[in-house]
Amino acid sequence: MGRVAEAATTPLVPADFLDLFAPLRPGAELRGRVETVHPETADAATLVIRPGADWAGHVPGQYVRIGVDVDGVRCWRAYSLTHGPRADGRISITVKAVPDGKVSPYLVRRTKPGTLLHLEQADGEFVLPVASRAETTKLLFVTAGSGITPVIGMLRNLFPSTDSGVLRPARSASYDIVVLHVAPTEPDTIFLRDLRSMAEVGAIRLVARYDDEHGILDLADLDALVPDLAERTTFACGPGGLLDAVTTHHEERGLPLCTEQFRVSTLAAGEGGTVTFDRSGVDVDCDGGRPILEQAEDAGVLLPSGCRMGICYQCVLPMREGVVRDLRTGELTTAVPGETGTGGVRIQTCINAAAGPCHLDH
Amino acid sequence: MTTIQKKPRIGQVNPIAHLDAEDLQLIAKELDDIRQSVIDTRGERDARYIRRVIKTQRSIELGSRVVLLASLFPPAWVVGTAGLSVAKILENMEIGHNILHGQWDWMRDPKIHSTTWEWDSATPAAQWKHAHNELHHNFTNVIGKDNDLGYGIMRVDEDQPWHPMHLGQVALNFLNALFFEYGIAAYDLEFRGAIARGKTKDPKFQREFKAVRDKIKRQVTKDYIVHPTLSIATGSFVSTMLANFTANTVRNLWSHSVIMCGHFPEGVQTFEKRSIDGETKPEWYVRQMLGSANISGSKLMHIMTGNLSHQIEHHLFPDLPSNRYGEIAPKIKDLFERYGLDYCERPLPQQVYSAWHKVVRLSLPNGWLDTTTPRNLPGQLKRLFQMSTGGPKVRRALQARMTQENRRALAEAA
Repeated sequence: MGRVAEAATTPLVPADFLDLFAPLRPGAELRGRVETVHPETADAATLVIRPGADWAGHVPGQYVRIGVDVDGVRCWRAYSLTHGPRADGRISITVKAVPDGKVSPYLVRRTKPGTLLHLEQADGEFVLPVASRAETTKLLFVTAGSGITPVIGMLRNLFPSTDSGVLRPARSASYDIVVLHVAPTEPDTIFLRDLRSMAEVGAIRLVARYDDEHGILDLADLDALVPDLAERTTFACGPGGLLDAVTTHHEERGLPLCTEQFRVSTLAAGEGGTVTFDRSGVDVDCDGGRPILEQAEDAGVLLPSGCRMGICYQCVLPMREGVVRDLRTGELTTAVPGETGTGGVRIQTCINAAAGPCHLDH
Repeated sequence: MTTIQKKPRIGQVNPIAHLDAEDLQLIAKELDDIRQSVIDTRGERDARYIRRVIKTQRSIELGSRVVLLASLFPPAWVVGTAGLSVAKILENMEIGHNILHGQWDWMRDPKIHSTTWEWDSATPAAQWKHAHNELHHNFTNVIGKDNDLGYGIMRVDEDQPWHPMHLGQVALNFLNALFFEYGIAAYDLEFRGAIARGKTKDPKFQREFKAVRDKIKRQVTKDYIVHPTLSIATGSFVSTMLANFTANTVRNLWSHSVIMCGHFPEGVQTFEKRSIDGETKPEWYVRQMLGSANISGSKLMHIMTGNLSHQIEHHLFPDLPSNRYGEIAPKIKDLFERYGLDYCERPLPQQVYSAWHKVVRLSLPNGWLDTTTPRNLPGQLKRLFQMSTGGPKVRRALQARMTQENRRALAEAA
């Protein structure tokens, strides 16, 4: 039956026709339909989404990757799932419109009920343990730099921030949380303000350590900074060095630990960069003045090619990560893992030059 | 320094003789700016457009296929066949051709992307992209390099010496039109060349040949076995098969006509191989401007031609979304006018007539058709017979005499 359907629809597939009627059916590529958009504040909204039939459910604290077409261009972003599993099978995300952001302002202000979004299954090992009603759940978060980001997601889930201050809903009452945040200096980040306002209402205890003020953190001091360390489950998120140190420290003492390495994915466009061909493992140092195709060939890498003037699209390769500059127009194309589709961004190598380190799938 | 270095023939002038290097630079600058203005405003409206066209096409195809399940019933046959023809035309022209050009790659939708799309045509997308995007769009109208020009089987320019076999090119062109998708598959494969050079054992050729064979097998199975079989319940096996054959033929004739209109009508320039040695970007632009022809008509007409009715705009910017060609056409036309260039644009019947007229004219020795009148017909036919049966020497001598007579006639007329 399936084979007959395929033979009847080639070169398309039966799903291409079924999608006309039932995009949320079982077996379809995972999508969700926005049912309602509740404005939360002037710049934040909660989207209630009906996921496709194959949605496998989630655990509180997990996130979902959402593919949304902004100005016609597919963009992917991860958002924490705001509620625990709901009885009606819907899922929701709360999005704050980041000034100058691309996706979040679109989701908050321009998304209409009925919009189809692309979804991936819920993901994230770094999930909050479900608080038992009987006893207090004691946690320690150790975060460094942008490692605060997933933790902020969890904390905002527990203690929603509103214009009238931080809330402490009943469901979050049994959590006892300490956040040890490490940073080189005291930066004025929105996250730090969030942490402070949570600390002010007593939702968390904040221990901030700045390298320039307190010196580099020595984990030997951990017992002094968090006296009841032994009673707490630790969640650590940050660069590899910190995680290794916390892991050694906790293993020696037999303490429970959950870690997540958080990679900084800011890409600044410059002139030229190392282009890595992931499948062959070859690195080519490219300057910013000539196409990647030309320089890779000079270095002995064989790439698909065609007209060499940007019209025939035979040289297109997926860029998993990196930034390139169109030599004709100066336009930058950026691929950030997690924010651009799982296949990366496909770029024409014959008219693009490296504008930073790039990873091409070839 | 111009690209058109060909010696002007009688009654012809070099169409860009009046432009100097600086003019060409200015033209290129304006064209680059027009391209940029489209790229800067590409967005939701365009994405909505292509998705709507795809959705419409799939709905028409599905509806027509369902109606054809009862194709024994004549009204169902007519409606279903008409619908399927329209669906196949949309699929090949406005959707397939344009997606495979990378016009919609900017949406980053993995399903509507030049690297993943496959179309309802005998030729596999990958091979077509090589022959079309890379060779035809790069070497547009360069004789000997652009296979689209007469598909390598026809005489397309007065400068190519006439041979008696060219008498058959009118019939050949009509056959090619009827079975156009297979003609394209054969020349994407460079089938004739491979046989001529004894390259059929070449692994690359073998691989591509297999890809074409498998694709054709799937296409034929769909249209001539699966759907007819599904119609057996109503006793419509044969009638559905005929309906699908008709739809494929209608699509073939239509796409062949549109494509002939793009580069073949009178007034479109062809170029010699050596004229593109060291060609600059401005010269490339001008070659695209003079080597393409547009079809004027309604919005529906433009959609049904896959906006190849805006062939000039498409050849200047092959990767801009097709729905934008009509929007930039007035600017392009104005540019042609300001620089004294001929913007070749006529309604479909005239362009088709013009293209076929050229096929007929070039199937005959140079000047033969223009100088033949009812009065001198017997003499002209005798001459044609002598040229067709005589050797190269006879052909050269008679051609020289005919050219001489033409020249005299033109001089007298002036």
